[in-house]
Amino acid sequence: MIAVLKHELKNYFHSLTAYVFGAFLLAFTGIGAMLYNIQAAVSNFEYVLSFGSLVFVVIVPVLTMRVIAEERKQKTDQLLYSLPITTSQVIAGKYLALLVVYLIPLCIISLYPLVFAQFGEVCLRTAYGSILAFFVMGAALIALGVFISSLTDNQGLAAGIGVAVILLNYYSVSLSEYVSATAAGSAIALAVIALLLGAVIYHLTRNGNLAYWISFVLVLGITALYVVDSSIFEGLLPDIMEKLSLFERFNVFVNGVFDMTAIVFYVTVIAFFLFLSVQSLEKRRYN
Amino acid sequence: MITVEHLTKCYGDFMAVNDLSFSIEEGHVYGFLGPNGAGKSTTMNIMTGCLSATAGHVRIDGHDIFEEPDKAKRLIGYLPEQPPLYMNETPVEYLRFVGEAKGLRGQELTAQVQSVMEQTKIEDVKHRSISALSKGYKQRLGIAQALLGNPKVIILDEPTVGLDPIQIIEIRDLIRQLGQSHTVIFSSHILSEVQAICDQILIIARGKLVAFGGPEELEKQLLPPNEITITAEGSEEDIRALAAGIPHITGISVEAAEPPLVTVRIRTDADNIYDTSRSLFFAFAKSGKALLEMSLKRANLEDIFIELTESAPPEEPASPDGQSEESEDINL
Repeated sequence: MIAVLKHELKNYFHSLTAYVFGAFLLAFTGIGAMLYNIQAAVSNFEYVLSFGSLVFVVIVPVLTMRVIAEERKQKTDQLLYSLPITTSQVIAGKYLALLVVYLIPLCIISLYPLVFAQFGEVCLRTAYGSILAFFVMGAALIALGVFISSLTDNQGLAAGIGVAVILLNYYSVSLSEYVSATAAGSAIALAVIALLLGAVIYHLTRNGNLAYWISFVLVLGITALYVVDSSIFEGLLPDIMEKLSLFERFNVFVNGVFDMTAIVFYVTVIAFFLFLSVQSLEKRRYN
Repeated sequence: MITVEHLTKCYGDFMAVNDLSFSIEEGHVYGFLGPNGAGKSTTMNIMTGCLSATAGHVRIDGHDIFEEPDKAKRLIGYLPEQPPLYMNETPVEYLRFVGEAKGLRGQELTAQVQSVMEQTKIEDVKHRSISALSKGYKQRLGIAQALLGNPKVIILDEPTVGLDPIQIIEIRDLIRQLGQSHTVIFSSHILSEVQAICDQILIIARGKLVAFGGPEELEKQLLPPNEITITAEGSEEDIRALAAGIPHITGISVEAAEPPLVTVRIRTDADNIYDTSRSLFFAFAKSGKALLEMSLKRANLEDIFIELTESAPPEEPASPDGQSEESEDINL
């Protein structure tokens, strides 16, 4: 794992990736700090982070797009498979390297509240609480990016899907106001999601039966529940969209609450997508 | 050293490897011979843990590659068909990474990287970008990578494909050298190459092992008898009578009979085909019948190879996962 970590880090700092990622993150938070803290003279640094979180839509996919896709393209994944290291170690090494690349600009950012504190009252606890949450949220998005990169051997595609998924997640709360809140609407949407899930499972496992049965059971379950008690579905879809939003949970921190459930949620998301990435790499051996 | 038992690999309905079993002893150079799409790459990928098997076992020194991958993989160095190189690195950086991943550290790592670079003669390009190296150097770097960690077995998948004739000769020499200190398994679809380097040959076709043994052993086991085709005056009976007195003749068949001439094919198991042709010549001379034409055909491994691998209709190449076995035919 250490070997992979060192190798990846060397790679990021030899190429432009780490610098571009850091520069964008710093530039965005810098602009935010100028607008909120300096021009508008607001002392809350967490607003800057809230503003800066939009940059993840672009920089996370750019950072993570090549992490596994490139190995496939260059056929170096064969080397990784034949080395005496497990796929979990490969993913762990790669993910930790990404976190290091992410932490470096974040360390610089975490100096800002201290600087501003020299010139006025800054609530350091909410500022640093938000920086911690900002880090964990970014880490969750990076885990998502790693998984997307593991699905294809085309970096551009990985980046495109990454941008789309993160953007959708960013706006999911606003969008949730527009989706149908009626029971029937939610039930139909969930059924469609169940079918899509089946398609994704089929793509991942090439196991037609498994995908078919999972979709079938889920759709059947949804229909049965709807028939028994349709009120369960009342407003369910907007609710789910809100719950799954990584960005929405971050806003709780910005409002000054250190929400442990959100941290647990982020860590769960990280573990989930890293697990899926390992499975996606393993699956290549079984196709 | 390596035992492969009832190995099977299916891609959907296509059977790339079909109930393959063999075992490999320490200290030989093994040649894996077969036409493109025979299942060579698939078998090698399974033996090195890069691919799962649908059924069967692979054990490296007693360690199952699927159950104890860590122990088994430490005993193997593998060069896949396309050398797995990071193009934006230099050979030294690349080898240090592979060495570290194989568990080498500090002094030992530096010493081994140096030693494999010397062995594969890539020292003079060690600080160049890999993307700028020639195909021959890339192939050597791939072999250098396989040698790190001093594995007992080196597995090379078509190491000479796509190289120019001089590079091919160099890589063959390198394989011979490696054979002195390691067990080497390498695949090829060129018979002459395998004959030149290996002391054991496995011929595989359509995912099955069709022959296994040393080159001489294979010749003995599988070679059809040598043949002499003659056209002479007389009838079939005359020739049978003449041939009856000559040792080592195992069969006679008539090719064409246009009285007063007859053309027959005579099979012989004599070690030296000339002994038979000589006896035939004198027998005809003594009998006063003219021997008008005589042609000799010696059987060779190339014939066996073609016969073994082409006797059934060819199937499409294996590996829909992109590890196709396409390659240019280079015959030296």
